[in-house]
Amino acid sequence: MPIKNDDVIWMKPPQIGLFEQLYVPAILQGLQTTVEHSIKALFGKGQVTQQFPEVEPKLPANYRGVHRLNRDEQGRVKCVACYMCSTACPAHCIDIVAAPAPTDWHKDGREKYPETFVIDELRCIYCGMCEQACPVDAIELTTLYDLTGMSREEMMFDKEKLLSVFDETTKPNAKFPNPVRTKAGRLGVASELADQGLTSSSTAQS
Amino acid sequence: MAFTWKPPKGHEEWSTVYLVFNEWNFVITLILIATVMGVVQGTCAYLILAERKISAWAQDRVGPNRVGFDLGFDFFPFTMLKGLGGLGQPIADGIKFLLKEQVIPGGVDVLFYLIAPCLAVSTAFMAICVVPFGATASPPSLLDYRTDAQVRLATKPLASFTDDDRALLDQYRKEGPRGVVWPRSRSEEELLLKADAAHAKATGGKPYPERLKEFNNSVQFVIAPHVDIGVVFVMAIGSLGAYAIVLGGWSSNNKYSLLGSMRSSAQLISYEIPMGMSILGVMFVTGSLNVEQMIEFQHANGWNILFQPVACLLFITSIFAECNRVPFDLPEAEQELVGGYHTEYSGMKFALFFLGEYTHMITTSFLAVALFFGGWLLPGVTAPGWGGWTDAVVKLGVYGGKMLLFVIFYMYIRWTIPRFRFDQLMGLAWKVMMPLALLNLLVVFYVKHFELSSWLMLPLSLTMLIVATLLSLRMPKPPSKTDIGWRGHPVTGRMAMVAK
Repeated sequence: MPIKNDDVIWMKPPQIGLFEQLYVPAILQGLQTTVEHSIKALFGKGQVTQQFPEVEPKLPANYRGVHRLNRDEQGRVKCVACYMCSTACPAHCIDIVAAPAPTDWHKDGREKYPETFVIDELRCIYCGMCEQACPVDAIELTTLYDLTGMSREEMMFDKEKLLSVFDETTKPNAKFPNPVRTKAGRLGVASELADQGLTSSSTAQS
Repeated sequence: MAFTWKPPKGHEEWSTVYLVFNEWNFVITLILIATVMGVVQGTCAYLILAERKISAWAQDRVGPNRVGFDLGFDFFPFTMLKGLGGLGQPIADGIKFLLKEQVIPGGVDVLFYLIAPCLAVSTAFMAICVVPFGATASPPSLLDYRTDAQVRLATKPLASFTDDDRALLDQYRKEGPRGVVWPRSRSEEELLLKADAAHAKATGGKPYPERLKEFNNSVQFVIAPHVDIGVVFVMAIGSLGAYAIVLGGWSSNNKYSLLGSMRSSAQLISYEIPMGMSILGVMFVTGSLNVEQMIEFQHANGWNILFQPVACLLFITSIFAECNRVPFDLPEAEQELVGGYHTEYSGMKFALFFLGEYTHMITTSFLAVALFFGGWLLPGVTAPGWGGWTDAVVKLGVYGGKMLLFVIFYMYIRWTIPRFRFDQLMGLAWKVMMPLALLNLLVVFYVKHFELSSWLMLPLSLTMLIVATLLSLRMPKPPSKTDIGWRGHPVTGRMAMVAK
């Protein structure tokens, strides 16, 4: 749809007067701003830098960090090896080998379970589509952000490692608490954030 | 290894008393060169830290604050020197530059590729050798009395001229008004000494031999003292640095490097002219190109910034362009040209370009301070003449402090003014700065010719600036593209209505 003539706002560049044409006063004005900022910085005020290793950054509760595999109430892996996550994954970083579940799981309706579940954390783009795809909320992205490793092999997270991430993040007083996430059968992230009063003002208005 | 001067052949009667450098010491000069090289390189390293810190502060960041003098090594024994707010950063940077692999990309013209950074550094260091960095003293002169001798010769009736007189007159004419610094014959020497002694007695000063002895005992804080073409030498050698940029850009075999070096050559050629013209006024008032004499002149007559603020403004703008600093850093515009002329350089070769740039900054800052801000002068604190080592240290501090303030000013301007577009850059040099420099020269000529008070230069030059600005506002402007509106629909008739 074309812009209507009445909607067009015609503007002229502001006319330059003697003050602007002399350049020097305008430059001095600019210098005043720069120097004011520096003086503030000299007294350690107004700086936005976070001193990372000493000061932990405040990340939003729905930050997408390292994955974890959730456990059910009995401590078993929640995953049902349906391949939804690895299908949804745009980076093809999830590798699952399914196997028939042990017979005593059958009473809970579990027929399959993942024999191996490997995520290549270097290939992952942390988009969170795996957890959106998961029908049983088995895979989640935690707020754990400072993931490093010395080799590529180390960064291939297998089932045990992913379950240990769950154990770490669900401990009482964990450094990285449970993430706020879209869950199967619930509303989206934004509504949950609003419930917890975690949204910024602009999100709340919209 | 003292070098003793001998009179040239055919002039054996010349007295060594009148020569300033009869005891020129090779060892002292070598030590001075080594010291200056070392100090300047260290200053450059720390200026880079200062630049990074100031950049950070101006942008509400913290800046480098991690590396202490342990350079991050765990086995460093002196815990006191660890993590001193980033003070070890320049040393760590230097070590990194030195130890990095020396990459020579394929397809470059290896000879010129390697020459370019060397040229950048060597021209920068050559330029600094005539710029004083601390206490200096001008050699005592018999010049005024020699002028008396000329006057005596000139007032003598032509009929009574002897052959000697005629020869002397011819010699003076050949050498121009400032040709002779010391007497040409024993008889004239005696005459001048007598006149000088009488003058000293009358004014309560010291006679010439004593002044000379005092001068010879003084230490000059400049590598090559008393170069009478000082300022011109700095400008000539400093602009040779453009060759380094051009060579580096061309030999890199990279279109971004080439674009950067092309911009640089055009820019440097343009800005040499207003730079030279802006200091013509100062040269004219001082009557010398010798930097030391320019400083001493300002002791008696007041700092030049008070009389020629417009010239100072033009000179500062020009040296910003000379040093490729923001807002004139088009040769290395990161957003447009990757890295400009040094895109293909890494490791120590890149560091040499950087060193050259910062040395150039220091040189031009010293020069600007010497020309307009009184050099090592500070009213009530320092005065010309050799006043012992304490005085020399004070002068060094005053001069160095002024230079540092100037460099910090450079750095703040970097975060204040955005980069010029290339046509704006050229327009500023040719259409604004050159006419203004000429007008400033006109003001100086006017005041000097009618022997008016120097203070008249201040209002006159400021009025000249404002009148020129008003005139430029009245000038017919080329049709501007921005007049057709900032937002709109390009097909409707409204555009034609608003375009003019």
